[in-house]
Amino acid sequence: MIELKNVSKAFGEKEILKNISATMETGKTNLIIGTSGSGKTVLQKCMVGLFEVDSGDIIFDGKNFTNMAEEDRKELRQQIGMLFQGSALFDSMTVEQNVKFPLDMFTKWSNQKKIERVNDVLARVNLKDTNKKYPSEISGGMKKRVGIARAIVLKPKYLFCDEPNSGLDPQTSMVIDKLIHEITKENNITTVINTHDMNSVMEIGENILYLYHGIKEWEGTNKEIIFNKNEKLNEFIFASEFLKDAKDMRMLEEKGIIDNERNMDDIMRDGGANLLVNDDDKS
Amino acid sequence: MKLFSTIGAYLLMMKGMFTKPENFKMYWKELMHQAVEIGMGSLGIVAVISIFMGAVSAVQTAYQLTSPMLPKETIAQIVRDTVILEFAPTLVCIVLAGVVGSKIAGELGNMRVSEQIDALEIMGINTRSYLVAPKILGALITIPLLVILSMVLGIYGGRLAGTLGGILSGDTYDRGLLMNFVPKNVWFALVKAYTFAFIISSISSFYGYNVKGGALEIGRASTSAVITSCILILFADYVLAFFIL
Repeated sequence: MIELKNVSKAFGEKEILKNISATMETGKTNLIIGTSGSGKTVLQKCMVGLFEVDSGDIIFDGKNFTNMAEEDRKELRQQIGMLFQGSALFDSMTVEQNVKFPLDMFTKWSNQKKIERVNDVLARVNLKDTNKKYPSEISGGMKKRVGIARAIVLKPKYLFCDEPNSGLDPQTSMVIDKLIHEITKENNITTVINTHDMNSVMEIGENILYLYHGIKEWEGTNKEIIFNKNEKLNEFIFASEFLKDAKDMRMLEEKGIIDNERNMDDIMRDGGANLLVNDDDKS
Repeated sequence: MKLFSTIGAYLLMMKGMFTKPENFKMYWKELMHQAVEIGMGSLGIVAVISIFMGAVSAVQTAYQLTSPMLPKETIAQIVRDTVILEFAPTLVCIVLAGVVGSKIAGELGNMRVSEQIDALEIMGINTRSYLVAPKILGALITIPLLVILSMVLGIYGGRLAGTLGGILSGDTYDRGLLMNFVPKNVWFALVKAYTFAFIISSISSFYGYNVKGGALEIGRASTSAVITSCILILFADYVLAFFIL
């Protein structure tokens, strides 16, 4: 679990984060959402120690990261895995060398054992026969999966993902989301994801923190977000007519008014009448 | 004020390099990699420049020594001393500031912009000691060796131009090389080589490591690294000559 207590951060005169308190729960995919410039990347960078907070505390399972000695921080960081927006793979290394790098640096395992572990994690992210390829030779989605493999190779307790779906097509985005969600559950990791992808919010948002101009505007789950009354959040999350319609449909599903096993053929055949679950609605 | 904060940031980066390595074997591997990149990567250009530098030096010295009172051996002496004292350490290091400096700044700048440095930091690796220190040490190992090679090739280039151009015979040139030789000059050239190697590698690393922005800024950082290194090399050249000679 990661606790944020009154975290504030400014760059010069500009206040980026204002007094943010939140809890990132273990074994759940915790999402930080918000428009560009809302402070979500800065918040995540503060959480992993790339930026120092001006005030407040960031607590990893009872250990206060903000006032920790550098040596202790280094130790804690070895329990943190991070997937970057651009994957941040080392260009001069192959996929295998990229994933093996943290093992080379922090373990005294035999090369055979390291290779086995690398192959295990690459298989887990559904990457096979790519060991000898360079990052420039693989697709964006594959790079993200290599990034995930590198992030989890040391079996971290905390996983941070900065916009894991940026630049990916919707289908690949869903594969990446599902993968992160499954890895979180399998390893009971505290996962923190920065995103503005609405599919991610609805599919894997077990705990959502919405930032608006550096302020925590809303916190809840993907179920609660459908029924939320926060105007700023609704403007952000259901920005298009299509998404507003999707929200209405999801609300009807959640209330049990329509069947959530929608079938478009049925809709076309019966004019949508048989989608109404209750007889009262049908009449 | 900006100058002072830049110097402060440079000194902090240098201070940050001195920490215990997370894994000595990995650091050693990176040092060897950098030594090969800097040394072998610059070997060709250093060899070509040095031979021509010596050759031109011999031809131009012969052109200026018109008095029949001066022995031909003087040409070899002048080529030897100019190559050892100035051409090999200073000129070669200015070229290396362009070749090696822009490469270091570009590599680190790209790593910064593509978040590779952040990725290493999050793993718990001190990037200043893992990325910057091997580059500086690699330069300190290889650049003086390149300068020694440049001295040899420069002097040989002078001999080649002198004999091929019918200016003087090989024997006369060799005799001239041994006349009034001052070993201190070689020592002085090596002091310059180490100083310039440190300037090139540390300044370029500083500019690359602190890049903010994108591709445009990487280019700017490389240019700034080369310009600053060249100016500091010339300044250090003057200071060292003033105090040591």
